[in-house]
Amino acid sequence: MTADRPFGFETRAIHAGASPDPTTGARSTPIYQTTAYVFEDADDAASLFNLQSYGYIYSRLGNPTVSVLEERIANLEGGRGAICTASGHAAQLLAFFSIMNPGASFLASTRLYGGSITQFGRTFKKFGWNANFVDQTDPENFKRALTEDCRAIFVESLANPGGVITDLEAVARIAEAAGIVFIVDNTMATPYLCRPIEWGADLVVHSTTKFLGGHGNAMGGGVVDSGKFDWSKSGKYPTLSEPEPAYHGLRFHETFGDLALTVHGHAVGLRDLGPAMAPMNAFLTITGIETLPLRMERHIANAQAVAEYLAGHEAVAWVSYAGLPSSPFHELARRYLPKGAGSVFTFGLKGGYEAGVKLVESVDLFSHLANIGDTRSLIIHPASTTHRQLTEAQQIAAGAGPDVVRLSIGLETAADLIADLEKGMAAAG
Amino acid sequence: MNHESYSDEYLRGILRRTRTIAMVGASPHWNRPSFFVLKYLQAKGFRVIPVNPKAAGEEILGEICYASLANVPVPIDMVDIFRASAAAPAIVEEAIRLGAKTVWMQIGVRHDEAAARAEAAGLSVVMNHCPKIEFSRLCGELGWNGVNTGIITARRHKRV
Repeated sequence: MTADRPFGFETRAIHAGASPDPTTGARSTPIYQTTAYVFEDADDAASLFNLQSYGYIYSRLGNPTVSVLEERIANLEGGRGAICTASGHAAQLLAFFSIMNPGASFLASTRLYGGSITQFGRTFKKFGWNANFVDQTDPENFKRALTEDCRAIFVESLANPGGVITDLEAVARIAEAAGIVFIVDNTMATPYLCRPIEWGADLVVHSTTKFLGGHGNAMGGGVVDSGKFDWSKSGKYPTLSEPEPAYHGLRFHETFGDLALTVHGHAVGLRDLGPAMAPMNAFLTITGIETLPLRMERHIANAQAVAEYLAGHEAVAWVSYAGLPSSPFHELARRYLPKGAGSVFTFGLKGGYEAGVKLVESVDLFSHLANIGDTRSLIIHPASTTHRQLTEAQQIAAGAGPDVVRLSIGLETAADLIADLEKGMAAAG
Repeated sequence: MNHESYSDEYLRGILRRTRTIAMVGASPHWNRPSFFVLKYLQAKGFRVIPVNPKAAGEEILGEICYASLANVPVPIDMVDIFRASAAAPAIVEEAIRLGAKTVWMQIGVRHDEAAARAEAAGLSVVMNHCPKIEFSRLCGELGWNGVNTGIITARRHKRV
């Protein structure tokens, strides 16, 4: 019995999850701007509420447009299933909700998006979830920091903002040996450049707001489950392995096998925490993903051109882009992101904090805003914006020190981007 | 035959030629996995006859439960095994004797010798899979829960 012939990434980016609408035959995915769904009869309702059959009840738990996006992202990441959420932060909340209990801890890289460091280090504490931050440039640091109550290791495949790449396979081995969940934020790389599950990740999280949507017009997030983690083996994940009182003692792992986390994320996570993705945002993101491979190719080519230009500029102290041979992460980039090292990177200005502020105020084509992964090129000075809630030591540890400027290179003409930066740096002195 | 994975066409073929299923190890309790599978397959038009000595004589979702496969009074297309792997060989022998066309072993149930015996007798075999999950995956419903069905098609939806 031979397996079915696999489809290529580009084909799946367009078709996965989105066969023609069964009722109308509509070819692009309809926007189900709908909140609730009629039961066939009382028994149908009972089956749905008991999770014995598949169907829609209420759009907080599942929506026909959102589920197309969930299946598409799961497919592109090589996962078993996915849960989409209102934002990337909501996706992180949902991922940890299924695996943590009060008093449990997890390890996270210091090289994370500043908003994640704040969410993990401050807000998660209110749930009794303790995040311990580890310098991920040496994977062994995770092993040294392991404790009995540790439930997960969290990293970004390609870190925001620093052009830093995590040695995914090495960290995956440490998590596997410890019997804990390895979670990778793959927002910056996208599954077109890197598929963490192939390197041993158990869960992948996304802010779909960035490159997956790709047009700066739709908020969203997603959790992808590889389906490979054994939730019942150690007793460390009672949410999935023990009877769930809200479902009359049903055990999610026993009942749903490798679908356990995907089903739990909808039936309990979205139901009780409530951060459902809006159908309109799902539609925009579905449409965005259809051109993901083409867009990423241009993002990478433009980023490489701009990074090379900056590396040769006299006002620039350093450029942290793993696509440059000078980067200490260049070898890891060749291994984990062979198509290219993404299009978000940082560089340091010799003029420090003041020069950074002046630059972002002097460019015309780059948009000064706090986002990444848009068709448009974006610029920000993290120390005065996204990372300003961190201490200076935390800023530096996160790759967002006072002299750092972050770029998210868009799809414009590369020469126009370079000319705009040239003008801005002349003004910054 | 390779039992590590099955092609969609192989699984579709089995599900399309199956009408009546005997489920060995079916539970009368609504929150047990076997009950979920039984109820789902019934809703999809299969007749599912429960087999479980502990519930013999009871009705489960409108079907009488029998103590053993040998007691089932109607022809069976498929035997679905919701028991420990060690129980598979005896169930397979009975399935062959009853003229079943398929032996299906649930997730976590695998017995290669029993499978080889069934195949030698002309039966189709599926191991370590769930017919509810595979039916819902192949008809697209599983995608409603955000699950990666692996189904790529520009054809209008149809059942399995």
